[in-house]
Order: sequence, then structure tokens, then C-alpha cells
Amino acid sequence: MGNRPILQPKKGLMQVLWQGETIPIDFSFMETVNRRSGEQVQLCYHCHKCGAGCPVASFMDYTPDKLFRMAQLGLKRQVLSSSTIWLCSACHTCATRCPNDIDVTRVMDTLKQMAVVQKVKSSQRAAAVFHKAFLSNLRRFGQIHEASLMAVLKLKTLNLFSDLKLGLRMFMRGKIALLPKRVKGRKEIRRLFKEIRRRAEVPEESH
Amino acid sequence: MRLSYYPGCSLHATAKEYGLSTRAVCDALGIELVEIPDWCCCGASSAHSLNRTFSIALAARNIAAAQSEGLDIVLPCAACFGNVRTADAALRQDESLRREMEELLSFRYSGKLRVLHLLDVIRNGVGLEAVRRRVVRKLAGLKVAAYYGCLLVRPPEVCGFDDTENPTSLDSLVEAIGAEPVKWSYKTECCGASLALIQPEIVEKLVGEITEMAVEAGASCIATACPLCSTNLESRQKVGLPIFFFTELMGLAFDLEGCEKWLNMHLVGTEQVIEALQAQHPSPHEMTQKEKLL
Repeated sequence: MGNRPILQPKKGLMQVLWQGETIPIDFSFMETVNRRSGEQVQLCYHCHKCGAGCPVASFMDYTPDKLFRMAQLGLKRQVLSSSTIWLCSACHTCATRCPNDIDVTRVMDTLKQMAVVQKVKSSQRAAAVFHKAFLSNLRRFGQIHEASLMAVLKLKTLNLFSDLKLGLRMFMRGKIALLPKRVKGRKEIRRLFKEIRRRAEVPEESH
Repeated sequence: MRLSYYPGCSLHATAKEYGLSTRAVCDALGIELVEIPDWCCCGASSAHSLNRTFSIALAARNIAAAQSEGLDIVLPCAACFGNVRTADAALRQDESLRREMEELLSFRYSGKLRVLHLLDVIRNGVGLEAVRRRVVRKLAGLKVAAYYGCLLVRPPEVCGFDDTENPTSLDSLVEAIGAEPVKWSYKTECCGASLALIQPEIVEKLVGEITEMAVEAGASCIATACPLCSTNLESRQKVGLPIFFFTELMGLAFDLEGCEKWLNMHLVGTEQVIEALQAQHPSPHEMTQKEKLL
């Protein structure tokens, strides 16, 4: 049967058999994604243009069009735990070429955010760790300080020794500053982040 | 021409040579850069990945700071350009978002400033003719693969100054300084961007393809307009291909002071390319020095 989902009503819940696993369907999932992204995922008719042009498709577990099909079917957990959403490098090739004008990149961002809010586990944990570390560095200094960002990232991913030589080569060429530049208005930046976070709607699907 | 200048974090750090050469080239072309007071990071890809409003707010803060001078904003970094331009379009079109940002940052969005990439300013604002007039040493014989990457051309409704699938602005600029742009098909392929810090093997594959295609097309170097592309192309390739910022090549052709300093900051040695150029066409600057010695 391959990957073809089979619908199975069970205990009043609609479920699908997906890769040997029975999982519940979330009928509101696609609508939630649409509302949060401002896009229309149901318009995807699977022409595969996005997957064909995607530079990282060969590393993803599902190409964007497959992921959209899964979203249409309501396979929320599978979509939010996929490596696809975190490996998307936001190059906009898919969004530029989509015949239905779906901003695929924006949908990927939305899925990332939903995965973070709902604390969904993923094989690509490092990506979320990186983005969070980047923003916390930004909040702290106002401009990015590479040296401390790298140090935090290494500690958090326990990947201590990768690219040390590269870092050293860049340092020797004066490309990595030891001390951060501090923006005067960093208090304002912190207030901005805090306020925006407070105003963000309480995610109704976080049960 | 006077412009508000948003350098972005990379131009003070990993792409210092881009910052230095941008300043020198703009000076030579009569563009006065007024750095935006107390500008902050645009959030790169992390802000919009985790919360789109963060990204818009950071850009709005920088636009607000630029409004006091009332000058159009120029950005040399492709990623900053993408973010600020996306935010500017959103502020223009989405009234409730604009009100929210105005209230959060206590400013009034004027919508009068244009957000421009440096390549656009030089190619279309200054113009090729003015660039040609400023050239004192044509980079004849230098075969350049003009590499645009993603965010200079995509999404087209945001960037809008060049063709999405086959852009030519950088090629024409390369031609104007006497070098030869090669025809190749990897102009707008993604280098993997921030995946370099998360999944370096992906970036190695993408950068490998880009650099090998450039070599196959006969290029002896790549010219770029993006700090992250440059870092990835330099650090993850295996073919030893020099990577220049387009402003560095312009600096060479204009024979500007400080060239040696920028050109020595690269991870992939640029000496061979420079020596070959100098052997062919000694710069007027160097000739006068030799004449003085004689």
C-alpha cells in the first residue's frame, strides 16, 4: 500500500493508517494553517513544481507538495514533526513558481511556528535551537554578535567541535569580533519582542 | 546622490570587506551614505521563521529611524534587503499592521522612502555609463560568474528590479568594468543560507554544485552581492574558486585605495586572480609609483 493513507472510522474518531501507524485526523488543521499564514493550502493541485525546484528537497522527508497533501488530509502530527519545515532555507523558489500563487515559504514559516508552540519533537531540533539562539542574541545586543551566538549554539546542540577551524580562520582575518556592538535602543527592542509575544493570539490548537 | 545607509550586522563582521568596499565605491561614484542612527539587526531568517511580526517590527524600527533624514534607504546585504523590503510592502498594504507598528514604535509611517539594494542603486540609479567613465583599469580577461542567489530576485513582487529566473543586472555591471560575465545556469540557485550552521553537509552539496558549475562555465571567480552567500561559498567549496563582492571588483577597476586590505580578508586566496590582472594591466596608480622610482 506504500504511503497511501486509508481512512478508518474508529471509536467515533476518523483515523488514517499512515506508514503502518493509526493516527487521528485533525479536520481543522488546514484551516488553522490557512488562517495563520493567510494562504490557501487547498489550492495546491500537486504539480510538484515546488519540489522540483527546491534546492533541499533531496534532504527532506516530504517535498512541499506532499506536505501540503498531508495538511489537506489533516495529518497534523506528521506535518509538524517533518524535517521539511525546518530544512526549508526560505529561498522562495517554490513560492515564485507556484501556479496557484501559494506563498509556500510563508506556509513553512507558519508550520515552524505551530511546531514550536505545540512543542512537537522533530529530527531537526537544531534548526529551532538556532533560530531561538539568534533572536536571543539580537534581544541582548541589538545587533548580532557572531562569537557569542556560536558559543551558545554549540553548547545547546552539544556539537562542540564542528567548524572550529573555520571559526579560527575567520577570526584571524578580523571577521569575528570578540566584543559585541551594543545598540543604544536595545531596551526598546526587548519591549517590542515582549509586547508582540503578549499580543500574539493564544494558539487554540495547543491541546 | 544622498542615501540612508543600512549596513546590516554582517558588514561589520563576517563580510567586513563588503562594508569597506561599499563605502569606497559609493564615495567614488558620488553617493553619500548616511548611516541610519542606532540601527538594529533585521532578524535575518530567524525572526520571520519564529514570528513574522518580529521581523516586521525590527524593519519598521529601522525605517522609523531613517525617516528623520528623509532619504531613500540603501542596503548592500541581500537578506536585509529582503526583510526590510517585505516589511515595507506590508506596512504599505496592510493598514491594521501599519497602525499596530506605528503605535508600538510611536512613529508615523510616511511611505515616502524607497528601500533599495545597492546593486539596483548602482546599476539603475547611477547607471552603467557613469560606472564605465570611472574605470581606470579594465578587468579585461577576468571571467566572472555573476551569482545572485535568492533574495536579490525572489520573491519577485518584493524585489522587482531584475528578472527572477535569469537576472542580468550584475552581469551588465561586470561587463561595464571590463570583465567578462560567463553564461551559466546557477545564477539564482540557493547556497543553503543559515543551514550552514545547522546541517553543514547540505550546504556543502549546494555550494559544491554552484562552484563546480561556475568552473565548468569557465569562470575564474564568482561575484556576489550577499554576505551569507559569500561566507558559504568561501567556506564550503572544494575547488578553490575566489569569491568577490561585486563592489570589490569595482574597487579594483576604479583603482581605489584600500583594495589590498579587502582582498586579503578572504578565506579563499584571491592573489592569483589579482596578480594575473596586474601583470596584464598595471594600474595607473602603480605606474606612477614606478615612474617616481625611475
